[in-house]
Amino acid sequence: MAEKIQMLALSPTMERGRIVKWLKGEGDEIASGDVICEVETDKATMEYESINEGTILKIIVGEGKDAAIGDTIAIVGEKGEDISGVLAEIERGREKEKMAVEGGSREGESRVAGEEAEEAKATATAGVSAGELFTARSTDESTAKSAARSITESAIESTAESAAGGIPSGKGRVKASPLAKKIARDAGIDISSVRGTGPEGRVVKRDVEGFLRAGSKSAAFGRTEIKEAEGLRGRKIPVTGMRKVIAERLSNSKFQSPHYYLKLTVEVESLMEARRRLNESVGKKVSFNAFLLKFVAEALKRNPQVNAGWFGDYIEYFPSVDIGIAVALENGLITPVVKNCEKLGILDIDGELELLIERAKAGKLKPDEYSGATFTISNLGSFGIEEFTAIINPPGSAILAVGSIAEQVVSIDGIPSVRKLMKLTLSCDHRVIDGAVGARFLKDLKDIIEEPIRALY
Amino acid sequence: MAIITFRDAIREAIDEEMERDDSVILLGEEVAQYNGAYKVSRGLLDKYGAARVIDTPISEEGFTGVGVGAALAGLRPIVEWMTFNFSLMAYDQVVSNAAKSRYMSGGQLKVPVVFRGPNGPAEYLAAQHSQALEVIYAHIPGLKVVAPGTPYDAKGLLKSSIRDDNPVIFLESEMMYAWKGEVPAGEYLIPLGEADIKREGSDVTIVTFSKPLKLAREAAGELEKEGISVEIVDVRSIRPLDEETIYTSVRKTNRCLVLEESWPFASVGSHIAWLISKNCFDYLDAPVELVSMEDVPMPYNHRLELAVQPSVEKVKEVCKRVLYKES
Repeated sequence: MAEKIQMLALSPTMERGRIVKWLKGEGDEIASGDVICEVETDKATMEYESINEGTILKIIVGEGKDAAIGDTIAIVGEKGEDISGVLAEIERGREKEKMAVEGGSREGESRVAGEEAEEAKATATAGVSAGELFTARSTDESTAKSAARSITESAIESTAESAAGGIPSGKGRVKASPLAKKIARDAGIDISSVRGTGPEGRVVKRDVEGFLRAGSKSAAFGRTEIKEAEGLRGRKIPVTGMRKVIAERLSNSKFQSPHYYLKLTVEVESLMEARRRLNESVGKKVSFNAFLLKFVAEALKRNPQVNAGWFGDYIEYFPSVDIGIAVALENGLITPVVKNCEKLGILDIDGELELLIERAKAGKLKPDEYSGATFTISNLGSFGIEEFTAIINPPGSAILAVGSIAEQVVSIDGIPSVRKLMKLTLSCDHRVIDGAVGARFLKDLKDIIEEPIRALY
Repeated sequence: MAIITFRDAIREAIDEEMERDDSVILLGEEVAQYNGAYKVSRGLLDKYGAARVIDTPISEEGFTGVGVGAALAGLRPIVEWMTFNFSLMAYDQVVSNAAKSRYMSGGQLKVPVVFRGPNGPAEYLAAQHSQALEVIYAHIPGLKVVAPGTPYDAKGLLKSSIRDDNPVIFLESEMMYAWKGEVPAGEYLIPLGEADIKREGSDVTIVTFSKPLKLAREAAGELEKEGISVEIVDVRSIRPLDEETIYTSVRKTNRCLVLEESWPFASVGSHIAWLISKNCFDYLDAPVELVSMEDVPMPYNHRLELAVQPSVEKVKEVCKRVLYKES
């Protein structure tokens, strides 16, 4: 019996995925657990592990094409099996979906587990994202996935005719007509960032022209973009992928959770000294952020009310301290999460951070590596920012904005004295953290930073 | 302007050239008393006499050789082949003698001979008599090959061919003889090696010659209704070939199909397609396509006979393919 292989939610916030590469082809035998394709989600490129077994009879969604969660991306079964019935079913599903989309049902309400099938269908794509926008650790992911699986018919059909619907050339060899290559070359754009709509995803003239018209020159990663940043002036750039996720998540956070801000200044002489000594003893530069993460973890251990999340009808006090750190990417931002900071030493944290940041910059983070932070740190000190307020990154309820370190003249017992100072601003969600609780946490953090030995008290 | 048939346009060209130059003679099977198998030479025997309009035996190798010899001796013979299918009998005379003498004599000898007659499929003529053989002549250095698609071009090009000091293969078509077109009164010449834009367009270029020009025009007319703008380059002479006109058009439209009625393997069209791919590489938005006769001997069954030949439908479909439009 032929079965449909469907697009799964490979990232908690994913609505659609793009098949970057098929690792198995039509006619290939697959077993459960085999990686059959690579899928670009809203934040990273994921490996798709099959839950089906048999022979791939047909690939429905080709390389570079999008599929919504629940969409049939391939058909698996026994060699030589007749799949016309399944194909007809998929076709019918697309028709239905088209009507559903026209009916405007895409902006569905949050999914409630166990909702009736019909309703689940109607809210299909929105359900997985809106309901679990922030990947709360309490989210029952498997429920989401199975719900997604049950909604094959409701997949949003890929808008193949639109510029966005074609095959993304992505990495590796780009199929493009010579003319398309020439136009791209002359315009100074990277042809691999243009989606092809010709046969087998060939990038043709109209694709490059459409790309230029859309003004998405900036979407071309890398040096071209930086060099030509001024080329953005006057352009309208479609909101897609990571930019869209950032916009949705942060708007939701800022609009839904009542933020308040606590500010204080810390002396960092002791911290700098501790870091200098550690650097000497291990013979490498340990990142300043590793210290911050460790000290924040210690302060959170003492103030578990701050290591908590708001879930509407309950507040969860998280069992571990998982700290996200905002990392700027060329085209956005991501927060890799160092898990179990409360159990890790500074060197462990440093090693982990290094790895995560490297992977983040390569776009290789897995969803569980950038989601589920119980607390977040954003450090703009290296830009010389003295102080700023950050937007809370759920499911955590607080974010620490770290400013630059600067020498300042301060009065110590009435005597002017030069000190290295740093400003910290804590944003808290008042629904979870009351002012005094936040203040106590920040005070503890200050004490530890100023006198690191306190971490042991 | 007078509207005359292709047949009459050719006759006018021969008539005018025979009148102008006594060294021009016409020889071939039934060209004199019968006025030509396709009545191209009607009235010429009466006008110029049996010394210049000569009926020959049914012996292509013989009278083709006579034509080559007469040319070497100073006349300007026009050799009519009843069809190009029969010219295969005379191929050695053309390739070994006509095409080589000027070269091997270091330019001391001239070979001002024209070999002309209907080429390509007509109807109900079966495999042996439905062949488009232009490539076996175009293949040979030393020959010029001319392939008009309209009465106007036929007249102007034939006159130039007769005056040329090199052997010229002049392609006509049974089907085209009755086609009509505007031909001005009085003398005009069309130089060999000049292509003509038969229709201006911006989306796709059709490069063609001879009889298929009609298909190209019909397809272009229908495609225009669908919003597709076709440019037609009629090369008119295959050798010498006006490459620049082709390239200019393809660089403008970025897409090209070559249309011909011969078989596709190592054909004139496939050679032109290669030239375009090579010289317009950076301007191509799609592979250069070739619409030709199917690679089979001509079937006798009429439906199959039509099916294996290029058609308006085939041309339209390929135009859409290079434009990445679904047909």
